[in-house]
Amino acid sequence: MSGHNESILREPLITGTHITYAKITNDILLPVENKPNRAWWIGFIAALCGATLWVVAVSYTFWFGIGSWGLNKTVGWAWDITGFVWWVGIGHAGTLISAVLLLFRQNWRNSINRSAEAMTIFAVICAATYVVSHMGRPWLAYWVLPLPNQFGSLWVNFNSPLVWDMFAISTYFSVSLLFWYTGLLPDIATIRDRATGLRRRIYSIFSFGWNGNVKTWQRFETVSLILAGISTPLVLSVHTIVSMDFATSVIPGWHTTIFPPYFVAGAIFSGFAMVLTLLLVARKVLGLENYITMFHIESMNKIIILTGSIVGVAYITEFFIAWYSGSEYEAYAFINRSTGPYWWAYWMMMTCNVISPQLLWFKKIRLSIPATWILSIVVNIGMWFERFVIIVTSLHRDYLPSSWAMFYPTWVDVSVFVGSIGVFFTLFLLFLRVLPSIAIAEVKLLLKTSSEQAKLAQIKEGHLDKVHVKEYVESLEKFDSVKQEEYAKI
Amino acid sequence: MSNIKYILGSFGDPDEMMHGIEKLQENNIKIHDVYTPMPIHGIEAKLGIKRSRLDILAFFCGITGTVSAFALIYLTSVVDWRNNIGGKPSFALPDFIPIMFELTILFTAFGLVGSYYASTHLFPGRAPRVMDLRATDDRFIIAVDAQENAEHSKIDGLLKEAGAIEVKHNERKYISYE
Repeated sequence: MSGHNESILREPLITGTHITYAKITNDILLPVENKPNRAWWIGFIAALCGATLWVVAVSYTFWFGIGSWGLNKTVGWAWDITGFVWWVGIGHAGTLISAVLLLFRQNWRNSINRSAEAMTIFAVICAATYVVSHMGRPWLAYWVLPLPNQFGSLWVNFNSPLVWDMFAISTYFSVSLLFWYTGLLPDIATIRDRATGLRRRIYSIFSFGWNGNVKTWQRFETVSLILAGISTPLVLSVHTIVSMDFATSVIPGWHTTIFPPYFVAGAIFSGFAMVLTLLLVARKVLGLENYITMFHIESMNKIIILTGSIVGVAYITEFFIAWYSGSEYEAYAFINRSTGPYWWAYWMMMTCNVISPQLLWFKKIRLSIPATWILSIVVNIGMWFERFVIIVTSLHRDYLPSSWAMFYPTWVDVSVFVGSIGVFFTLFLLFLRVLPSIAIAEVKLLLKTSSEQAKLAQIKEGHLDKVHVKEYVESLEKFDSVKQEEYAKI
Repeated sequence: MSNIKYILGSFGDPDEMMHGIEKLQENNIKIHDVYTPMPIHGIEAKLGIKRSRLDILAFFCGITGTVSAFALIYLTSVVDWRNNIGGKPSFALPDFIPIMFELTILFTAFGLVGSYYASTHLFPGRAPRVMDLRATDDRFIIAVDAQENAEHSKIDGLLKEAGAIEVKHNERKYISYE
């Protein structure tokens, strides 16, 4: 496997010059095997307050009904579905990293896939809670399943995108969970074999008896590849179907065929932004700079520029078609979006999603951690507004001017949304404490080929093209985790 | 007969371990199994492990999913209870496709992972059969059955020569049982 060297022209995926297999395990398991530090506690308590708010707000909704939200008869869908689509979208980056990048053999995914996929699972949980709380009678949630209605003989309407969505989201959640958990088995076994007493017993149950023999590993790789192969079309289908919740209706502003690709690009865009928001903090607090390097951050920023630009093109196309189609209702919907009473939401969306991500074309900004972090949050604000604009501005002025209305969120709407962020962070912070945030086994695979020390050894051996070495050393300048003095003499 | 059950060669480097496998095989010493903290490519060919047939199984699970979804929708909305929705046909195949697709994926994933767990004996709470606790951390372990291969000192020598950091003689097969 590692009998050959990787080209010096590729940037290293693991930095540091004294990395061993044991050190990788120790570094990654540091937060799992030790007491949490103060930063973790501060974050966790804040997140827990948010989660409590969520419990209060959702209980209030269940007790008093959907009337406690700001919905009215014109705007029957607002913050709830905005939040749902926003969270599902965020989830998409995890699958993209773990599945699509695996198929494309992008090895830099190895150190970010685990936490990105955990993020997917938690984001989909947050999304699902919106669906359940919007049902009004959540104890009848099983009615979305294909059971004969009222247990007579009428079935769910299989032609409805909302039923498709139920299938898509539940498949997506369970397949992501399987993929994530199967990948976790070897790492749980690592924790188990280092632990003692009760910890060992608990991790032993969850490790499924993994022992890392040849056959298990060989099958493991086959399974990962097939799961990646099926998750790739799955992730595309999920947001496609989410977009069909809107696109198959006859509401001007929703009834467009570009929705599926436009939603998928937006989902990846917001998902990568959320991955950056989380990992930029996690790498610092957990001391994982050697594994999540500037190269990873820059690569994710490049994906954000690409998908952000696709989203921008989609916005412009939508606007153009509204005029070009000659449909006055469609044209009005778009003029109203950009200049009507919700103009501020529209321009917020345009600024955060189309204009500000273009700053990432500048290398300085792409490589600046504070700038990237702020931009990643800006993108997620923008993506929330995108869904708000699509949903509320298309509904609030319908065909009958006498029923035109505005949407004003109540404290319950706001609390459900803010609370869901709390739920998400609570789950994510717990994950960081009990499970390895980086796939240990997969990172070990990179040590002999793609690490800085392996490349340094190659350089020291000589026989390399001087120009290539120079180029490589220059590429290392952006890394904050590389000791530049080592290279000064080369 | 000594009561040593397994001889373990513990390597710190995967390439040296591969070298160890070659050495043992050149001397016709049968390897029981190899335990590593990460997948090692090319090892299955050396140890004569057959190609996995899980992909074929995954395909058939997928087909089952497609057919089940079609059967479910067809039998409910075309045969059992036709709905007149704006006079449109009940047998609207394009509308069936999203659910057929989702169930294909769902059945493939569960069928595949389920059979993987079953075939490699992975299930919650199973007692881990571990020969060396560092095999999931930083060591690459070659295990040789000491009862079948009598020349213990020769095996030790070969493993050491290939670069084993230590060679262990275990009197119990699995050390992980308490």
